[in-house]
Amino acid sequence: MIVADRKPFAEIMSMVEKYSKILVVGCGSCVTICMAGGEEEVKILASQLRIAFRKQGKNIEVQEAMALRQCDDEYMDDPVLIEKVRWADVVISMACGVGVQHATTFFNRIIEERPTRVVPALNTTFMGANLGAGEWEERCLGCGDCVLEKTGGICPITRCAKSLLNGPCGGSSNGICEVSKNTECAWHLIVERLNVLGELDRIKQVEPYKDWRPSHSGGMRKRVREDMRI
Amino acid sequence: MKSGSNLEKLLERGEFVVTGELGPPKGPDAEVVKKKAAMLKGYVDAVNITDNQTAIVRMSSIAAAKILIDMGLEPNMQMVARDRNRIAMMSDLFGANVLGIRNMLCLSGDHQSFGNHPEAKNVFDIDSIQMIKMVKNMRDEHKMICGEEIEGEFKMLIGAACNPFADPFWYRPLRLAKKVEAGVDFIQTQCIYDMKRFKDFMKQVVDMGLHEKCKILAGVTPLKSVGMARYMASSVSGIIIPEELIKRLHGAEKGKVAAEGIKILCEQIQELREIKGIAGIHLMAIEWEHRVPEIVEQAGLLPRPTP
Repeated sequence: MIVADRKPFAEIMSMVEKYSKILVVGCGSCVTICMAGGEEEVKILASQLRIAFRKQGKNIEVQEAMALRQCDDEYMDDPVLIEKVRWADVVISMACGVGVQHATTFFNRIIEERPTRVVPALNTTFMGANLGAGEWEERCLGCGDCVLEKTGGICPITRCAKSLLNGPCGGSSNGICEVSKNTECAWHLIVERLNVLGELDRIKQVEPYKDWRPSHSGGMRKRVREDMRI
Repeated sequence: MKSGSNLEKLLERGEFVVTGELGPPKGPDAEVVKKKAAMLKGYVDAVNITDNQTAIVRMSSIAAAKILIDMGLEPNMQMVARDRNRIAMMSDLFGANVLGIRNMLCLSGDHQSFGNHPEAKNVFDIDSIQMIKMVKNMRDEHKMICGEEIEGEFKMLIGAACNPFADPFWYRPLRLAKKVEAGVDFIQTQCIYDMKRFKDFMKQVVDMGLHEKCKILAGVTPLKSVGMARYMASSVSGIIIPEELIKRLHGAEKGKVAAEGIKILCEQIQELREIKGIAGIHLMAIEWEHRVPEIVEQAGLLPRPTP
């Protein structure tokens, strides 16, 4: 899933303090699960804003809304939500960066009478797994050419700080990466896993230079399934 | 000859070589390079020029290497994968070659989080092992990675690093084998203090026959003080310093700790010379260039052979 953190309140406040009708829109998917931008977080942020404006002696109205997925038209096309957006001077999206951008495009397409301003409440951090209560860790960079079959199901592109294809480097100590004491050395995990699987031969050859074109280095990526288009 | 460098000639002849190291200044002050280089001249066979080591911005290794060439010293230019993609690497290698640089060390590079610009974006387009392969291909096949022909002759002796003290320990000889497969000519190891672990490592290396496919230079660094020893043992990843060495330094008379450190170093060099498969030492004095002459002399490594 996509993992995100909420921005500091002061930063969010600085984006919206000149407006008088504010709508906070949460997202019901990834950021709900990682507790950054779901229904609960919408209520908390809306309350914080109301209190902060009241302290400033301003009469600002803050409304709340949810969309199941801000990254998909199908889940945004809700008359109640659109009415609230029409009312607002500014929309605070509590979705990931994908959701913020999609909401911007969607609302501006649907609402023609005036432009809709959408600002982000989250910092989108990574694509990762939930390791347990309150813990997430990055697992995929979306490089477009998966190597997990060769590396025992552990991604060196994402989990090695240097994205080495022929690791581990000299900075691996007791299974920990020198860059952070909280990070396991991905290549230590890979060689140990391949050893257990009896597949160490897989990494005896020098791994070819990576073609980064399928990754973001090739520019923004797009996928079209012609057979699915209407 | 692969490069025609003095280092290559001496290694081929089976001389016990000594390489030194020089860290360029944090600015364009050529005098700093010249001063350090002058201290090393005649005492080492080639000098590693570090490439923004520990990710701290310094004069480029290519430019500093050229200063050494002009002074009659032979540089071993370090190049890290952290700051350059394959385009910049090949371009810089052509430039280095035209300036007379004939030895290089292919490195991944310390992560930028250790340096003075931790907010920088890193590159890591290719890794150190792929860099070895790339340079070998440029030299022996006269081709760039893309397959296009190189205009002119590219000559380079290809070096790489090896840390026998990093983990997983059992995998380290296999990783060295991978560098050999990629085409490395010589290896310089991380600083050695734990002699037992290093001998275990070298036994596996010799059993695999790797010492016959590349020349291995044992990395050494003098322990200047108890504080430095403790710092390196606790904070520098992949360095193991046995407690008995720290005790020896601790037991030295006041004002004689540095001399004790040099004595320990010379004993280490003697021990390393006797290990099968060791072709020389790489002396990383780390801002102690002025003491290199006495170290090399005390270790019985003078005079240096003529290529």
